[in-house]
Amino acid sequence: MIAVTFGALWGHWRRNPLQLFTLLAGLALATALWSGVQAINAEARASYDAASATLGEAKFDRLVHRDGLPIGQDTYIRLRRSGWLVSPVIQGRMGDVRLIGLDPLTAPSGMAPIGLRNLNELGSFIVADGRIVAAPDVVLDGVEFDPLIAPRTAIADVGTVQVLLGRPDEFDVLVVGPEQPLGQASLEKIAPKLTRQVAQSGSDIGRLTDSFHLNLSAFGLLSFAVGIFIVQGAIGLAFEQRRGTVRTLRTLGVPMQFLVLLILGELLGLALIAGVIGVGLGYLIAAFLMPDVSATLRGLYGADVAGTLQLRPIWWVSGMAISMGGTVVAASTTLWRLSQMPLLAAAQPRAIAVIVARGEKTQAALSAILLFVAFALAFTADEISTGFVLLGALLIGAALGLPIVLGALLDGVAKNSRGVIASWFWADTRHQLPGLSLALMALLLAMATNVGVSTMVSSFRLTFVAFLDQRLASELYVTVKSPKQAAFMVDFVTPKVEAVLPIMSVQVNISGNPAEVFGARNHATYPNNWTFITAGLSPWKDVHMNMAILINEQLSRSADLQVGDVVSIGERPLVIEGIYADYGNPIGQAIIAEPLFQTLFPSVLALRFGLRLPHEDVDALVEGLQSKVGLTASSVINQASIKAYSLAIFDRTFTVTTALNALTLSVAGFAILMSLLTLTAMRVPQLAPAWAMGLTRRQLGWLELVRTVMLAVLTGVIALPLGLAFAWVLLAVVNVAAFGWRLPMFLFPWDYAQLGGLAILAAGLAALWPALQLARKLPADFLRVFSNER
Amino acid sequence: MLLIVRDVHKIFETVGGGATVLRGVDLSLDSGQSLALTGESGSGKSTLLHLIGGLDLPDQGQIFIDGANILAMDDACRARLRRGTVGIVFQQFNLIPSLTVASNIAFQARLAGKYDADWADVLIDRFGLASQLTKYPEQLSGGQQQRVAIARTLAARPRLVLADEPTGNLDEDTAADVMDMLLSLVTEAGAGLLMVTHSMALATRLDNRIHLRAGQIE
Repeated sequence: MIAVTFGALWGHWRRNPLQLFTLLAGLALATALWSGVQAINAEARASYDAASATLGEAKFDRLVHRDGLPIGQDTYIRLRRSGWLVSPVIQGRMGDVRLIGLDPLTAPSGMAPIGLRNLNELGSFIVADGRIVAAPDVVLDGVEFDPLIAPRTAIADVGTVQVLLGRPDEFDVLVVGPEQPLGQASLEKIAPKLTRQVAQSGSDIGRLTDSFHLNLSAFGLLSFAVGIFIVQGAIGLAFEQRRGTVRTLRTLGVPMQFLVLLILGELLGLALIAGVIGVGLGYLIAAFLMPDVSATLRGLYGADVAGTLQLRPIWWVSGMAISMGGTVVAASTTLWRLSQMPLLAAAQPRAIAVIVARGEKTQAALSAILLFVAFALAFTADEISTGFVLLGALLIGAALGLPIVLGALLDGVAKNSRGVIASWFWADTRHQLPGLSLALMALLLAMATNVGVSTMVSSFRLTFVAFLDQRLASELYVTVKSPKQAAFMVDFVTPKVEAVLPIMSVQVNISGNPAEVFGARNHATYPNNWTFITAGLSPWKDVHMNMAILINEQLSRSADLQVGDVVSIGERPLVIEGIYADYGNPIGQAIIAEPLFQTLFPSVLALRFGLRLPHEDVDALVEGLQSKVGLTASSVINQASIKAYSLAIFDRTFTVTTALNALTLSVAGFAILMSLLTLTAMRVPQLAPAWAMGLTRRQLGWLELVRTVMLAVLTGVIALPLGLAFAWVLLAVVNVAAFGWRLPMFLFPWDYAQLGGLAILAAGLAALWPALQLARKLPADFLRVFSNER
Repeated sequence: MLLIVRDVHKIFETVGGGATVLRGVDLSLDSGQSLALTGESGSGKSTLLHLIGGLDLPDQGQIFIDGANILAMDDACRARLRRGTVGIVFQQFNLIPSLTVASNIAFQARLAGKYDADWADVLIDRFGLASQLTKYPEQLSGGQQQRVAIARTLAARPRLVLADEPTGNLDEDTAADVMDMLLSLVTEAGAGLLMVTHSMALATRLDNRIHLRAGQIE
């Protein structure tokens, strides 16, 4: 019975290959977008983890210098002699390669590149031969390659790296072993300038880049949702067209339960094929986007990510799971409806419009409930999970409500239309709406996603540019090696510049939260350039009177501190007079006056400086700093070059976003095309009477095109406010809950107009083929409708 | 007795309340016999046929086919009954559009596990369908489609053939041809035939006739 029944069901696909293609393509595209984005995320995270594992950041406590200076070899020896089981690490850069020096003999086990159980094997190799082991993408002479090492990273013995970097007797970090002997002397006694950093649960870079990945994941999920709408549409139409076959099979003695299982099996088989194609396509998408993502992450966060992809089994598994799960979700309603249907009810010829019309009230109610939930959550959501519930309720509620709103609009227009063709056109469009509604929902989601993500990214760009202007106000940034060199540099530049602004900071605890406090000089640069989210009347004036403190948004949110609250720095009470935005920074930050900073932390001396001077004098001063003060080119940074570099990075970010935008819109265009193509065959009986009564085939074709474009325009009009609401949720709820800072939202009307134009173009192109097919239909095709009716 | 129908009632729920379609129908049919069921439109003929075929259930009464009470059966049992014992010929043919004529004819017999290629060839020959075997239903005329539908039913050698206006869509000459073939093949197979028809001319060609009016046998 299985083979015979399956043959009858499968015959439908054989006779309707386009519909089969729609189903497979929709599912494959949905899976491709999802798995492509996941592949990028997984690859980047694997790179961070490899980097973290190399330095043991996630597993082991570390000793670092309080002022960020190198740790001398004598300090290391002193600690070892006092019983501290620590292991030295030095790192630096040679070109674009991150060079890490380890001491395999003292390193705790587990501190190694991912996949190596310990450093014994690697250690004996690098110590014995003084050689370097590197990631395969490193271009250095005489290195051995190991694919388990983080991208653009090379590892060697600590002594070898000290020589290569020209830093003898220096380390950057001392990694603390997990087990320490009892009774060892306190750190303050042996090395008072060192501080202990506790092991982190995740890598720093991973946390910093979470925002970027969260956005990518949201994009992937929405693209998948758009794809699922296509699949649901294809499955729904396939069921509608196979209704007769199902009814006949049942009357001939095939049990309903058996049929449902067989259809489910058939769909899962198709999902398996589509999943394989989708994961393959996703790999291609990821491989295409990866270099831009990699450049973005490296530039924005300094995170080294391989620009190439590896085929990871988890993508295959997750890709296949999403494909098959998506199919089950998309088919569940139809299958449930089928399983509940009495045999004779199935025998009644029912247009899809009738089915949808019956469910319209339920759909409207569900849409209203979801939109109400979204509205309520907009005021109360303060966690990532509730933020995503809000997003889901908003998007699904709006998508479900779309056919209802469009239907009401068309009803209104139809009632007020004059002229026989216009009346028929509007009534026929209303009749077509249920068949097109899934594709239009997909278009709505695609456009709203585009508006939302574009608004968010563009707002981020504007904010970031303004933020760069605020933070990089000085024309030159200089880093010196020692306080002595600092004094010499200041003496040298003072007559040549308008101001020297020292940058000095120290880690403290404010209201139970770790924070970095900076001492700011009393200079117009700060009040002229810094803007606040909220502030008192004269924040900088109060700061420089040693009465006040300024804190960043992250600290304000994590410690629930507001303007007017009092916090203590080194037992000195200070009133918070301003809260400033600090994008991309995961931790708390605060600013006090320079004299107060020097009083509270006399041992901390500035080794970095901002220099204010006329733009035209910058080149001459750079030359002087290098030739007279002895600073290297990398120690003197021109603000203009940093800004240009940062904006270039953003443009790479935009490349990724633009590519994903285009892909999502293409998927929605594909949804419309496939729905229209599938509906074309069902349209003939509906159009035949109009043709018989005098409308030409050409007119019918044109009207089909106009109908689709008009529906796309109406959908676009609804998508705009939805997209803006989507952007608001991302910026004001999800971002705040995830990262502790809120981005201001800007509007970009020209971008939205372009997007609308693109969407109409996509819809028009999608409608063109079916319209041409209709215009070229033979009279015999229309006549067959009447002969069948006899 | 092949078929026994006792005191069958059927009520359909409508917006305005329950509409009684059948009111205590009794009938019986033996193997090798044929029975015509006539009546006006809406008299309940098709409903009675659907109840006997296990496509729907009565609200009251009993239906026995080959001694088995179909009201006591679950959905799967009734499906098995339709596969193996009962064959239904519909007015609208109900062919499977995705299968060729040959596959359609063999379909129910294969489903019941009773496919006999020689018997199928006999039916194909008798119905003049040899040149149409590779075509799909949509490529056939109404008369040809009805012949395929009857051949499909008979190919499974059902013990009871239920035919709902099997010639309702055909012109007089074609209808007469199809009727001849149906009657001769049912007789040859020793099956029982219950046929719904509007046509008294066709009804007179069957062994017995009953007339339904407002859900009751006259």
